[in-house]
Amino acid sequence: MSTDTPAPAASTPDRYLAVQRSDEFAGLRRALRGFVFPMTVAFFLWYALYVILSAYARDFMGTKLVGNINVALVFGLLQFVSTFLIAWLYSRHAERKIDPVADRIRAEIGEVTHEDGPRG
Amino acid sequence: MRTVLAAEAGDTTARNLTITLFLIFVAITLAITVWASRQTKTATDFYAGGRSFSGFQNGMAIGGDYMSAASFLGIAGLIALYGYDGFLYSIGFLVAWLVALLLVAELLRNSGRYTMADVLAFRMRQRPVRTAAAVSTITVSIFYLLAQMVGAGALVALLLGIRPGTTFLGMDADAAKIATIILVGALMIIYVTVGGMKGTTYVQIVKAFLLMGGAVIMTLLVLAKYKFNLSSLLGDAAASSGKGSNFLEPGLRYGVEVAGNATQTFYNKMDLLSLGIALVLGTAGLPHILIRFYTVPTAKAARKSVLWAIGIIGTFYLLTLALGFGAAALVGGEAITAQDRAGNTAAPQLAQVLGVDFLGGDLGGATLLAVIAAVAFATILAVVAGLTLASSSSLAHDFYANVLKDGTASERQEVNVARISALVIGAISIALSIFAQNLNVAFLVALAFAVAASGNLPAILYSLFWKRFNTSGAVWAIYGGLLAAVVLVFFSPVVSGAPTAMFPDHDWQWFPLSNPGLISIPFGFLCGWIGTVISKERDEEKYAELEVRALTGAGAH
Repeated sequence: MSTDTPAPAASTPDRYLAVQRSDEFAGLRRALRGFVFPMTVAFFLWYALYVILSAYARDFMGTKLVGNINVALVFGLLQFVSTFLIAWLYSRHAERKIDPVADRIRAEIGEVTHEDGPRG
Repeated sequence: MRTVLAAEAGDTTARNLTITLFLIFVAITLAITVWASRQTKTATDFYAGGRSFSGFQNGMAIGGDYMSAASFLGIAGLIALYGYDGFLYSIGFLVAWLVALLLVAELLRNSGRYTMADVLAFRMRQRPVRTAAAVSTITVSIFYLLAQMVGAGALVALLLGIRPGTTFLGMDADAAKIATIILVGALMIIYVTVGGMKGTTYVQIVKAFLLMGGAVIMTLLVLAKYKFNLSSLLGDAAASSGKGSNFLEPGLRYGVEVAGNATQTFYNKMDLLSLGIALVLGTAGLPHILIRFYTVPTAKAARKSVLWAIGIIGTFYLLTLALGFGAAALVGGEAITAQDRAGNTAAPQLAQVLGVDFLGGDLGGATLLAVIAAVAFATILAVVAGLTLASSSSLAHDFYANVLKDGTASERQEVNVARISALVIGAISIALSIFAQNLNVAFLVALAFAVAASGNLPAILYSLFWKRFNTSGAVWAIYGGLLAAVVLVFFSPVVSGAPTAMFPDHDWQWFPLSNPGLISIPFGFLCGWIGTVISKERDEEKYAELEVRALTGAGAH
């Protein structure tokens, strides 16, 4: 063992604390929360609007658009569209903004500590 | 009337074919189970299928785990009888997956190992949190199991055409129900104890393909019949429903407006909101869904599984729209309620009509009916196996290994206990289902969602995102949400005090809503918050470890 290697990070908990307080990790957290929190609020409100209109705005929901296709049906189908769209947007965001940073931090941690997860 | 199911006209073709197809499915799945058992050596194999499934495979398995008979037969039947409101129900089931995708799946995969409690107990005191999680997991799973198994019993009599007064293999309708419950229970116990997560996963994958195949074929036939004109299908459905354009609008089943009774109308509408919120928040707290995320190697694969699951589940619910309205138009509400008041036979009845039209006469009708009936049984089997696995895993890993044995049990002992647990939970479910076979327990699925949303989801979200959260908060959230949901339902009109209640001849009802979510979900979140702030415990180091591991996948199992 050469003596000029940097001192190994004291103990694993300290190491995690150090990582958690790093700017890089703060960026990762921001990339995740900045996307998922607003998106969750958005789809929840959008869904709530749909349910509330179904309960309280039946005349509006019953308005016929084309043939027998009414607002209620289109609104329902739009919930499918928005769900598919948000899923796709998230996977794109995660691949671009989250995965690379997460991989980098994981590699850095891996250099110091190896698979040592406590019994879960 | 030609739409009355099989046995009426002494038509044994469909019955024999259904049984043959079902036996083929059972034979194939048992072969897979035996094969899987040879690949199952470690605890990771048993609980998590060796984490060897691809995102696509797991996505299909999630679909197979999630699309229960309640969603296949139930939603198609709901649409067939009540039109638009059945569709409304399925939307909640789909949108719910965004909670799992955005907030839960990947973080859970990274920080947990075998059960939901692995994440909850990560930075908490093990015993109280794991005990609470095991109680909640088993409660949710048994509610769900009961609904599926009692449903299976009722269904078999209908699908095989065993009516009161007629017999099948010497069994009358009641004996056939009990025999079915025992058969379904025995098969699910075998899948789980022998095949573990690997066997169960393959059963679910096979089922997902069968179910999608059946639904796609029927949808194409329905649409072909209407020359792919959705509007004329809807028009026909509305006309034969006898309810006119109301059939295509919300309000026939949920949030019903009672003329001259403003109070009841108000409660009905609140009930609709309550159901909506429980459906959308429940999925990401269902233990049998959560453990599926552990069967893939990485968080990215967990994300891919949810994306596939959203694709397949969304497609499936779009198909049920055609099936439900198709059944309303081609079979008709009267013929459906004559067969089953809840409409659960709408899809099989539609299959028969379509078979007669497209595949040539009665034989064609019998064939398609048999195929769809066999798919329905496969559906039930795959779901009950997933539920049994989730509850026995939690009993063995959370309660036995970490509470009773304090983490000192060997892998081998733990897996043996899991197998025994599956046997015991299976046996209890069989016994309870036989006891409940003539009670109306359909509400138990919605209750399982409500408990998952009120107890499990707050605990999971606080665990993953709230630094200050602690043991006391986790225990409060789980028990608070669980108790609120169960107690409110116990005093609701689905249990007593209404003609459609579980106990229609009794009346201890005082809570006006059938769905407790509107009250119990906020209550669960509130309990988690109160429980947290009244306790001084906090462990920033463990939270740092949880957060770093959850977000990066470092040290993931």
